[in-house]
Amino acid sequence: MLARRIIPCLDVKHGRVVKGVQFVGLRDAGDPVECAARYSEGGADEITFLDIGASHEERPILLDVVSRTAAAVGVPLTVGGGVTRPADVRDLLNAGADKVAVNSAAVRDPALIEEIAGTWGRQVLVVAVDARRRPGGDAAGRGADGGPVFEVFTHGGRRGTGLDAIAWCQTVAKLGAGEILLTSMDRDGTCNGYDLELTRTVADGVSIPVVASGGVGTLEHIREGLVDGGADAALAASIFHDGVFSVAEVKGYLASKGVRVRPVNEGRGADG
Amino acid sequence: MTRRPGVSIVDLGLGNLKSVERALHDAGADPVVVSEPEEVAAAARLVVPGQGAFRDFARALDRGHRDALTEALGRGTPYLGICLGMHGLFEESDEAPGAKGLGHFRGRVVALSTERRDSETGARLKVPHMGWNVVQGDQAPFDEGGWFYFVHSYVCEPEDTSLTVGSAEYGGPFCAAVRSGNVLACQFHPEKSQGRGHALLRYFLKHFEAA
Repeated sequence: MLARRIIPCLDVKHGRVVKGVQFVGLRDAGDPVECAARYSEGGADEITFLDIGASHEERPILLDVVSRTAAAVGVPLTVGGGVTRPADVRDLLNAGADKVAVNSAAVRDPALIEEIAGTWGRQVLVVAVDARRRPGGDAAGRGADGGPVFEVFTHGGRRGTGLDAIAWCQTVAKLGAGEILLTSMDRDGTCNGYDLELTRTVADGVSIPVVASGGVGTLEHIREGLVDGGADAALAASIFHDGVFSVAEVKGYLASKGVRVRPVNEGRGADG
Repeated sequence: MTRRPGVSIVDLGLGNLKSVERALHDAGADPVVVSEPEEVAAAARLVVPGQGAFRDFARALDRGHRDALTEALGRGTPYLGICLGMHGLFEESDEAPGAKGLGHFRGRVVALSTERRDSETGARLKVPHMGWNVVQGDQAPFDEGGWFYFVHSYVCEPEDTSLTVGSAEYGGPFCAAVRSGNVLACQFHPEKSQGRGHALLRYFLKHFEAA
């Protein structure tokens, strides 16, 4: 049976890995190629790169980093950040990305989802959704002011859209997304655990895989996201970059709790 | 010094070939990307990757590759099909009714149902089937069992079930690999499957020789 995936995430700015809290206060966390290779060797099931600088002047830097990373890892690589046109997708795939994550541009122009899925197939397309819980919101109904409980934000979390995150996830699934990368902005970098209500509602509401993101601080948080939240994959950054836990420790813990994972030593040295 | 085995990666204009090319190189081959039917005809070994849609694959065949691939398969040129390169060996696909595959194997490509349920938890399973799963079989290279990376929404159903040499489980068993003569084809992506994928590519290079 399919294993739940563990995905270290590298937020990349100016060609370096950085990590912030709730999308601000960035600090340097290393060289992306080295980090990705270490995680891949250590049993990560995929690697995700989010270019949070994402200015078009820096595109060549990112493409170079993607190309060197793709050469250094033996697992799928997802790259996102600043993807606004099909040409951006083509450049990233040519540089060696296996999947491309689209966020703000998909909100601005949902037809982009259909265009990308139509050209390269839905398996290359991850739609990243950054959601923030609105004050007074209650999952059973609408928010206090009649707006959505979970609102979609774009532009690195700076811009509210008024869109209901759950409905938006269902829309992108229908339009051709192959997977949803769901980040709770409230939890991002806090180490307080995934927003399980958000994760569970989206995971149950769409028929495509959902990657939970934002908030992991303990091993139990990851188990909760996968089991209670119903996510297909768990993405985390700080715990790996700060050396709090290794991928092997995460997988060892999950396996001990009965969660199906790919063993970290699987296939090592296997030869035909 | 032994010469690296030559292998031609067929570019049908469907997605990125870079990871396949790199993985074959790492497995000891000397891969070249070919896009002309004459190059397909001259290849010592063929690798046909493919992401995307069956209809686009069938169209690419109709632009001149159908005869070249059919003749190469007929001659016993070693063929490794990956994902869509596996689907294309069959007659038709639910994904694109009316579009014709190579028909090298009898059978269809059918949609993974979203009604499939996890055999342990009863949860509805997601489509695409995306991530790492175990492939098992009675014969090499799958007799040990191993984890491979999958991403697909359709699966092959060979009429001759003995073609299936590797199966995986996703709310029920499905065909993960077929083998017959000099043809090996897999639903998963060896080029993204780390050590196991590397071993599979080496196996293909070592054991599949032109007739």
